Amino acid sequence: MTTLVVAEHDNKSLKDATAKMVTAALQLGAPVHLLVAGHDCSGAADAASRLKGVETVLVADDPLYEHILAETMAALILSLADKYDAVLAPATTGGKNYLPRVAAMLDVPQISEILKVVAPDTFERPIYAGSAVQTVQAPPGKKVITVRATAFKAAETGGAALTVGIAAGPDPGLSSFVGEELSKSERPELTSAKIVVSGGRGMQSSDSFQLLERIADRLHAAVGASRAAVDAGFVPNDYQVGQTGKVVAPELYIAVGISGAIQHLAGMKDSKVIAAINKDEEAPIFQIADYGLVADLFKAIPEMEEELKKRGY
Amino acid sequence: MKVLVPVKRVIDYNVKVRVKTDQTGVDFANVKMSMNPFDEIAVEEAIRLKEKGKASEVIAVSIGPREASETIRTALAMGADRGILVKTEGEVEPLAVAKILKAICDEEKPRLVITGKQAIDDDAGQTGQMLAALLGWPQGTFAHKLELDENTARIEREIDGGLQTVEVRLPAVMTTDLRLNEPRYASLPGIMKAKKKPIAEKTPADYGVDATPRLKVLKVSEPPKRQAGVKVKTVVELLDKLKNEAGVLG
Repeated sequence: MTTLVVAEHDNKSLKDATAKMVTAALQLGAPVHLLVAGHDCSGAADAASRLKGVETVLVADDPLYEHILAETMAALILSLADKYDAVLAPATTGGKNYLPRVAAMLDVPQISEILKVVAPDTFERPIYAGSAVQTVQAPPGKKVITVRATAFKAAETGGAALTVGIAAGPDPGLSSFVGEELSKSERPELTSAKIVVSGGRGMQSSDSFQLLERIADRLHAAVGASRAAVDAGFVPNDYQVGQTGKVVAPELYIAVGISGAIQHLAGMKDSKVIAAINKDEEAPIFQIADYGLVADLFKAIPEMEEELKKRGY
Repeated sequence: MKVLVPVKRVIDYNVKVRVKTDQTGVDFANVKMSMNPFDEIAVEEAIRLKEKGKASEVIAVSIGPREASETIRTALAMGADRGILVKTEGEVEPLAVAKILKAICDEEKPRLVITGKQAIDDDAGQTGQMLAALLGWPQGTFAHKLELDENTARIEREIDGGLQTVEVRLPAVMTTDLRLNEPRYASLPGIMKAKKKPIAEKTPADYGVDATPRLKVLKVSEPPKRQAGVKVKTVVELLDKLKNEAGVLG
């Protein structure tokens, strides 16, 4: 039998999480099929077929999937589920939305946000905002799993999977898309950026986030924030890094004016290198930072911008 | 319309959770328990609907040990009308919770179920969506804003790229995100009134649900620890170390 991975994409290209899920899927030891559901999504389907390790790409190209709704997406996956042993989706706001519906209809207990495949039926996953790690074994039968993509390396490209068009699934007609407000940014995405510069309550205002943005632009970094900064209205919700926001694991995470609440640490502690700038030397962030600078960020950040400029960044 | 609010009793979010040395789970001894913070937001939203005249009755449901009646009492003190406690022992997985809630919905016929997007103990984030699927209802997860009419709900949702608005037909399930509202504290008169509000006691068997866990937890361990690194004195020193020592600046 086979593993079905639900691709995350924007029709033109694949999101980073997809290649990482393929790696997790291959560790289950069965052939891997990718499902690309979208509209005018040949770009994403082509990219999917080039991921190494993928045997077949199923493409459901239909206006029904122009905007992914949980009800239609779950119905499509269910219509395919008979042929698969395991269904994997990313633990993003996409996968988290539709996959539990699939699990419930299959009468299967979902395993959420796996960090590691211990054996084809045994997985590690975080609980209590990452304060503990649970090792769980699934019962025999189908497995329904969401994957924390940052915990896996991306599958390489250079493959040549077979691409098969499939019919759209049923439309339950329960919900409709009204609109969306997406943050427009030239910067890389938070979850796939090599460097992330994040600000916390210490930034004090929305305007001062521009200081961080200027640093980020010199480093080709994404900009993130702590929950405190989002709740205070300094930046939109999609900037939030933490257990209830986004989980990131960049090469370098620069935490500025972030005290380091457990909730925030859960979202960034797997970064390769952490640098922290905070004026409070007792801030918990310093207990996990590789490099700590006790300083007033309103002095340190402009100085860093100057210094980066001087060094040609 | 009736609004049903499932609430979960969890370790208080301010408590530093500790893993038991025998790796069988986390330590619950002498630990403060509270309502799951996302469920508090759900209770608040339901009560606001009642205050606006859009909801006729708010029912708080909890599935858990006897002590979960305290969690229901908190919801009643905030302003919910009555409670249902489904008494269970040990862990109950989201799918079993969803099955019990489905049976309660079949009986109570709410037009809207509001619950937290995840519980901060198991962080599964499944219950609302599973319940919606079992009932054949639509869902609005990670809600940021709700506009409710007779037959539809317009729900603004927090998604990875920003915000998305969907319209769902009622009855529906909505799960709350952090910024939907700020839950109130129970007032003293509210707490007094709550003592007189009824809580029905049930068991999973009353709803024909087998709540035995199906996943086997082999162990619970501490996550890998990061060591504190070094303090640097200046921005220049920081950038030098990031480039030359850590090699993470191009």
